[in-house]
Amino acid sequence: MKLPDPQGRFGQFGGAYVPETLVPALQELEAAYERARNDRAFQKELTDYLTRYVGRPTPLYFAERLTKRFGGAKIYLKREDLCHTGAHKINNAIGQALLARRMRKPRVIAETGAGQHGVAVATVAAMFGLQCEVYMGTEDMQRQALNVFRMRLLGATVTGVDAGSRTLKDAISEAMRDWTTNVRTTHYILGSVLGAHPYPMMIRDFQAIIGREARKQILSAEGRLPDLLIACVGGGSNAIGLFHAFLKDRRVKMVGVEAGGLGVAGGKHAARFATGKPGVLHGTMTYLLQDEDGQINVTHSVSAGLDYAAVGPEHSWLHDSGRAGYTSVTDDEALAAFDLLARDEGIVPALESAHAVAEVVKAAPTLKKRQVMIVNLSGRGDKDVQQVARLRGVTL
Amino acid sequence: MKRKNEANPRRSTKSPSLHASRFTDDVRENRIDHTFARLKAKGEKALIAYLMAGDPSLADTETLVLALERAGADLIELGVPFSDPIADGPVIQQAAERALRSGASLRKILQTVRALRARTQIPLVLMAYYNTIHALGEASFCREAQSAGVDGLIVPDMPPEESGPLRPGAAESGLRLIFLLAPTSTAERRATVIKQSGGFVYYVSLTGITGATLTDLGEVKQNVARIKKMGDLPVAVGFGVATPEDAARVSQIADGVIVGSAIVKKIAECRQDSRMPELVGDFVRSLKVAMAPPAPVSSS
Repeated sequence: MKLPDPQGRFGQFGGAYVPETLVPALQELEAAYERARNDRAFQKELTDYLTRYVGRPTPLYFAERLTKRFGGAKIYLKREDLCHTGAHKINNAIGQALLARRMRKPRVIAETGAGQHGVAVATVAAMFGLQCEVYMGTEDMQRQALNVFRMRLLGATVTGVDAGSRTLKDAISEAMRDWTTNVRTTHYILGSVLGAHPYPMMIRDFQAIIGREARKQILSAEGRLPDLLIACVGGGSNAIGLFHAFLKDRRVKMVGVEAGGLGVAGGKHAARFATGKPGVLHGTMTYLLQDEDGQINVTHSVSAGLDYAAVGPEHSWLHDSGRAGYTSVTDDEALAAFDLLARDEGIVPALESAHAVAEVVKAAPTLKKRQVMIVNLSGRGDKDVQQVARLRGVTL
Repeated sequence: MKRKNEANPRRSTKSPSLHASRFTDDVRENRIDHTFARLKAKGEKALIAYLMAGDPSLADTETLVLALERAGADLIELGVPFSDPIADGPVIQQAAERALRSGASLRKILQTVRALRARTQIPLVLMAYYNTIHALGEASFCREAQSAGVDGLIVPDMPPEESGPLRPGAAESGLRLIFLLAPTSTAERRATVIKQSGGFVYYVSLTGITGATLTDLGEVKQNVARIKKMGDLPVAVGFGVATPEDAARVSQIADGVIVGSAIVKKIAECRQDSRMPELVGDFVRSLKVAMAPPAPVSSS
């Protein structure tokens, strides 16, 4: 069964719940993407940029000291943090910027939470000569000030969003309003496997290179498939990117790690599968954190990139079908993992990716020595250094 | 004020005696259909006034609906507040935030509609984002809305393709599903949307969000004519209609004129004032008067 179906559904999840003004744009995008997907010239161009500009393939690194520390499974890190701009986000940004060019849209817009997607879009917009505007919650602008400045250096306009919780959710709403207004000249480069069809499918396809590479690399390193894949899940693009090439390998377990914030019990978190239920936000039917009237809850996470009330619809499908498991780790566990990876392996991870590492801390000791796990290290932590210092009361 | 008793659709709309066998929309008398037919017979255009239910409070909403009816509104659109209103500009977003803070919810709004139905038969249309309906359950929403006295439903983030779960309940209860068309809609989409719409077709006058400025009336005129050619449904135009002048111009090309942000803004401006219903009523009356220059229907 090929998912999504032609209506953009992954089972009951997905679809395209958007204002009429955007329907023709989504249809245009779907058609353009379909043509590009089957066009060798497009694929070659994309591969070219991924190789020479992004720096793919990214290494699959055996984390020896971390492995020894837990004495369990062999731990491999898929080094998306080594991509140009510092995270996996650029895999998708390049793909969509190429599409925008094919659709002759001179302007691109984006939302950003942690700023990684915004930086990736600002980067490719600069490279392709596209006009670029990035929407970001003012709360996120504060905790990711470095990335705000980076985007501006790259020539993008960064527009603060002061509505609602002033985080990713509100940035997406504002970007959708901009798109609705300027749809004839603008392509919206959504940053995760969220939103209306065809976004979750298209962004998954652009990110699936992560898993395709990792599958080849682990077969060559270990001569076998991994037992476990671990990735953090905000919208879930890095996780889908890693998981997708392994979906048919029934013996490969997959775990998505959500933001447990201050603890799931206290309500200040972004663990959609822990306490959410299906509903519609930003164009898609998926698990949402909402109250009984269907109002979207304010979420909390130390990591801006995971701080969002909805999860990508394909994850909802993987969750309900049981193909993937989902768990959460708290802010404190993620911060401890942030330190651990820095000290044991000399790699400062993004706070988002630190959530995946925190799950490794829990899972590795329970596995046998001959077992193998791959963790998606989706981004690097340079952007988070200031915030971590602030949290620890260190003045820089 | 003269018109107060004119809106008098048959009471059968509220009759609970209908059995499941009476499925199709057409068999149900509906206040929306009745109002458009009545106005058409008089050569008038419908003034559709939008309020955010619960802004500043649901008690105010009740008073406002009655005041707007007296001022000449022919149909009332009640916004259901949602935390993330992607189709709305800042004026309606902020109204939604105020309404949520005042404790408004879809359930409570239905109670308000029920209370209003003892006092008015003006057509009431809810404008609700999909998730608020989904949270209540599509089928039970339709039952409760019908029994409360709601006549129609606009879901700004639900194109016809996603309306499957609502259709059976809407058909059974006689609730009109009003879909939107936009300047970007292709001919093919116009056909799809018109076929699925009930009550009227909501033409979005501009490529944008609520409360933006209407600039291209020529395009509106052309698209409304295209929509009218494709079916019998009345066409109402909304988004960007802010002044009596806008209302006058739009009323010459469409069957209905929808005014939202401008009214919501008026409410926001005078929400501390004890004469708020009268002040908002005066504004609505000026819209209605502008729409019918040869033979004013309002008593102002």
